[in-house]
Amino acid sequence: MSQVLPGDQKWWSGGKSPYNVEYGKLMMWFFLMSDAFTFGAFLISYGHIRFSSNGWPNPNAVFKAFPLMGETNLPLVFVSLMTFILIMSSVTMVLAVAAGHQGDRKAVTKWMILTIIGGLAFLSCQAWEWTHLHGEHAWWGMNPFLNADGTQSTTNFTNFFFTITGFHGFHVFSGVIINIIMLIKNLRGDFEKRGHYLMIEKAGLYWHFVDLVWVFVFTCFYLL
Amino acid sequence: MENTHSTAAAQEPQFSTKPIWRTFWILLGITLVELTLATIHLKTGFPSKYVLNGVYLILTLAKAFYIIAEFMHLGHELKNLIMSLAFPAMLFIWFLIAFLWDGNSFKVLRNRYDSHHLSQSQTPVAKPAEGSEPANKPGAAE
Repeated sequence: MSQVLPGDQKWWSGGKSPYNVEYGKLMMWFFLMSDAFTFGAFLISYGHIRFSSNGWPNPNAVFKAFPLMGETNLPLVFVSLMTFILIMSSVTMVLAVAAGHQGDRKAVTKWMILTIIGGLAFLSCQAWEWTHLHGEHAWWGMNPFLNADGTQSTTNFTNFFFTITGFHGFHVFSGVIINIIMLIKNLRGDFEKRGHYLMIEKAGLYWHFVDLVWVFVFTCFYLL
Repeated sequence: MENTHSTAAAQEPQFSTKPIWRTFWILLGITLVELTLATIHLKTGFPSKYVLNGVYLILTLAKAFYIIAEFMHLGHELKNLIMSLAFPAMLFIWFLIAFLWDGNSFKVLRNRYDSHHLSQSQTPVAKPAEGSEPANKPGAAE
């Protein structure tokens, strides 16, 4: 990288930018750091409860439905589709950032619209999954599923599932709202007037973070 | 202030779209590997769940690395910034060890001193016939 300095260079003695990122971008990183600890606390408390329980439902026996397929036994397929949608919308987001670097306003618009569609598709999938589970009498405080060994399960399973995927879904929702605002600002030409598309990058950081959290949620709830 | 910001932005290297798609294929590939392993485990019971969980964790961390380094572009930032974010994140190592250990300890103690809980968690529930409504109220735990 161009900012590599000689060994005796002092980064923190003033006159230089030790991080060499724009202020808002740095603050977005620190916000994401704090948000990571919030999600981390949720997931670790889930792990703590799971380690302290004698039994736990088998995720493959719980999450096995697929829309419009009736009574199916397709574990992991639907949630893999959701993962694919989110990764795909992350890709379109990076492409929007890349287009912003080239100052290509039209391309930014195109990729932002695709990112928003991806986010909405993910939210729709989650809405369907929640509705389906609710139809099976699963909700906060209600757990119709037995443990993997056939013993009585507790509501910890559903409470953690709905709280954590709900918190993540809320992040996706706010990410979509932020992306829509960015799209409107781009359509109005705000970034072109400003001369840079750093706002797109900051929204992009948030959007990728949502994807990052989903990777962990996917592993903790559907695989382990 | 505004000047330093705009020059900092101007110095950043151009994004090229090639590594983006490469990262996408890596992430998709890892997810497909996870899906395949889970399906093989369901059909044959091999590899064992403990081995599989270790593999899942490694693959998850690999995915997280690629998202952070490439999509969030952190791998191309200055080392100062990378370290400012990576060092606090190392707290998670302690979090995981401490809380999972404590959870397991709680389970062991409860099984030792609460014999009702132990026997209750070893008694299978009579499964209702396929398709019929469960007799007890759903979610009525313990």
